Amino acid sequence: MSQELRLTREDVERVARLAHLGLTDEEKEHLQRDLSLILEAFDRLREVLTEGVEPTTHLVPQESVLRPDTVRPSLPQGQVLANAPETRDGFFRVPRILEES
Amino acid sequence: MAEAQLEMLDLGDLEAVIGLEVHVELATQSKLFCGCATTFGAPPNTQVCPVCLGLPGTLPVLNARAVEYAVKAGLALGCQITERSLFARKNYFYPDLPKAYQISQHERPLCRNGAVTITTPEGLRRIGIVRVHLEEEAGKLVHSGDSIIGSEATHVDYNRAGIPLIEIVTAPDLRSPEEARLFLEELRTILRYIGVSDVRMEEGSLRCDANISLRPKGSTALGTKTEVKNMNSFRAVVRALTYEAQRQAEVIRSGEAVRPETRAWDEARQVTVAMRAKEEADDYRYFTEPDLVPLVLTQERIEGWRAELPELPAARRERFVASYGLPEYDASVLTSSRLVADFFEAVAQEVGDAKLASNWVMGEVLRWAKTEGGEVVELPVSVQGLAELLGLLRQGVINQAAAKSVLEEMVASGRGAREIVAERGLEQISDRSELEALVDRVIAENPKPVEDIRAGQTKAIGFLMGQVMRLSQGKANPQQVRELLHERLGVGG
Repeated sequence: MSQELRLTREDVERVARLAHLGLTDEEKEHLQRDLSLILEAFDRLREVLTEGVEPTTHLVPQESVLRPDTVRPSLPQGQVLANAPETRDGFFRVPRILEES
Repeated sequence: MAEAQLEMLDLGDLEAVIGLEVHVELATQSKLFCGCATTFGAPPNTQVCPVCLGLPGTLPVLNARAVEYAVKAGLALGCQITERSLFARKNYFYPDLPKAYQISQHERPLCRNGAVTITTPEGLRRIGIVRVHLEEEAGKLVHSGDSIIGSEATHVDYNRAGIPLIEIVTAPDLRSPEEARLFLEELRTILRYIGVSDVRMEEGSLRCDANISLRPKGSTALGTKTEVKNMNSFRAVVRALTYEAQRQAEVIRSGEAVRPETRAWDEARQVTVAMRAKEEADDYRYFTEPDLVPLVLTQERIEGWRAELPELPAARRERFVASYGLPEYDASVLTSSRLVADFFEAVAQEVGDAKLASNWVMGEVLRWAKTEGGEVVELPVSVQGLAELLGLLRQGVINQAAAKSVLEEMVASGRGAREIVAERGLEQISDRSELEALVDRVIAENPKPVEDIRAGQTKAIGFLMGQVMRLSQGKANPQQVRELLHERLGVGG
């Protein structure tokens, strides 16, 4: 079946890896089919002539919503750290993150 | 591999191709998308709120001042400003990024196609600016242990997360680590002139990553590049790029291929270390930020900001050379800080002698100036104070040596030049008969040098000059003393 699909299983695994998602074999198969169908739907949209048309990035007819550069109160440190699994001296503490290759 | 040889990067028939990505924190009061303060050095995690922590249900609102600063930076770097620019999400997982995406710009950055001209020993070089865009700063990671590598745990402070940044991307137009340094210095000067950033590398308000590759001299193709990160000073940039160029040259000469990878500069060991292979890590799955509507700027708005820009360093340098007749070098020292340049111009105008003002500002004034992170932040005297002193010097009331010591006292006590001169009796002796008496006495007391001079060894005149100055306690008018000595001893000139 995978011959007709737009995405390979490897594509799905790669996207899952980038999104830090752990997928079961069943889910991968399911997503391979679903995502391929979505891409096919977009293929159909691509047939519409859009030359000279501004890309629609937002559906609200609004632009340039700005705020003045004024400082407002932040949260107390205790509240900031309240949900952290591990803290030390006011910092969030996480496992070391850099691997030398 | 040997430590980088800073002074002698010799790549033989290869040349380096370098492009920089510079991140500069904008000097706004509040963050880019929320009202948290941006003050440097606050206790960890005390300047954060639900927005910059990326908590569910929050929405970013763009800081108007950050937009103004970013556009002004773009204009000062000669860029075109995008009238309708967009924000995008750059997705990656890293503990310094609470939302797991950074709000940045991808397509349609705020500024494009600029250039900065740098002065190198080989002449002027134009370094292209590909883009300048607005984005939010990430949090700060503090690694336990001595270096980023080999640390046990990482501590995260999100005070910095959400501070507005501009990312400035150059074209691969730089040809040596030294040119990279010159570019960064010029960039820093420009950004300080327009007042959009403190640009302090040691506080992290300017950070620089570099892409570097080698190619045979004369070739126009690009070789495989590596990206070098973690350079924390201009010196580190030069050292890291020098090391990396030498490393790549060795790889190429040994017949191997340079691997495309990201490398970290290890300051302690003075080497670059491979961090990760590039391909996969660079897939950021950008998409337009749905929470921020397009930023639309009218030409009127943009031109209004352009009109607010001060005269930029390069233009000011040229003007100093053209209208004050200063040497290039002097002009570039004086214009390296807006504060110093303004001070010099005011003094020059007040005194009516640009060369004199330039010598004194560059020498004595800068010697006593207060600097922070290589930037002059406070001058030791007022414009009127220095002008008064130089006025006395020009009128011949005091001589050069006395003027220097008066300035020193002005700096220490904050008192005026005239007052100090009067109190210490430093007025120069210009009265002819008084000087004649001094000169005659020195001639009478030094028969041997006088004989030498009469025999043609005119060098000894300097010695006699010194004696007269000593006798007068430094107050004799040196030019008149010289003339009198020549006259008395029958020496020409």
